[in-house]
Amino acid sequence: MLLSEIKSVLNASVISGENEEELNKKEIKMACGCDLMSDVLAFVKEQSLLLTGLINSQVIRTAEMMDIVAVCFVRGKMPTEDVIELAKEKEITLLQTDYPLYLACGKLYNKGLGAEND
Amino acid sequence: MLKMIKKYLLSGEDFSLAGEASSNFKGVLKKLGIDPMVIRRVAIAMYEAEINTIVHGKGGECEAEIAGGKISLVFCDKGPGIENIDLAMQEGYSTATDEIRELGFGAGMGLPNIKRYTDDMQIETQPGKGTKLTLTINL
Repeated sequence: MLLSEIKSVLNASVISGENEEELNKKEIKMACGCDLMSDVLAFVKEQSLLLTGLINSQVIRTAEMMDIVAVCFVRGKMPTEDVIELAKEKEITLLQTDYPLYLACGKLYNKGLGAEND
Repeated sequence: MLKMIKKYLLSGEDFSLAGEASSNFKGVLKKLGIDPMVIRRVAIAMYEAEINTIVHGKGGECEAEIAGGKISLVFCDKGPGIENIDLAMQEGYSTATDEIRELGFGAGMGLPNIKRYTDDMQIETQPGKGTKLTLTINL
């Protein structure tokens, strides 16, 4: 699923990173909904989207280590400017949605994201 | 034969800096053209160990070396040490504080994760004196 479609399904806004054209180029194969960075480090595969309610710099660090393409903050949470700057530096796209984690994951799953990995 | 050594000081003062060393070394490995799967394993293990050194060990240092067809990472701290290594290796066991949990860690996955992603892991620890963690990943 393209990041542009994910943005639309989640009715999300882009906090940092790409314009619409760039979002159309980034393909996401899997998604992970998680607030526990150690679990992300244990199980996530490449070309993933991370959905989380955690908004500190360790989320960006974890994404960087795992080659996670984009992070979507749920429940309308907004990270601080230094966290956004770090994401820009690491070229990780940041999205934000008002949906809670469960709903956001469900909506993407319904559209087929990651369903083939069952 | 590829050979290099990098040393990192890991400050225990500022948790927000945790991960800088791993990020830097990941960049070094990328530039050297190391296999991406190896880089991924090194990055994850090093990041978990860096977090441990900073939050549990109250800071320390890391020496990262590429030599003899392998990558070695040695983490030393002068923290409280690990009282029971068998327990620390159990997934889910944790002595983390609320401060660590707020970062998204402290779920008792650190050492098990490190073991999962490395070819060898050695722990030398003395309660009250500190911990030395030696990790090896074959190239």
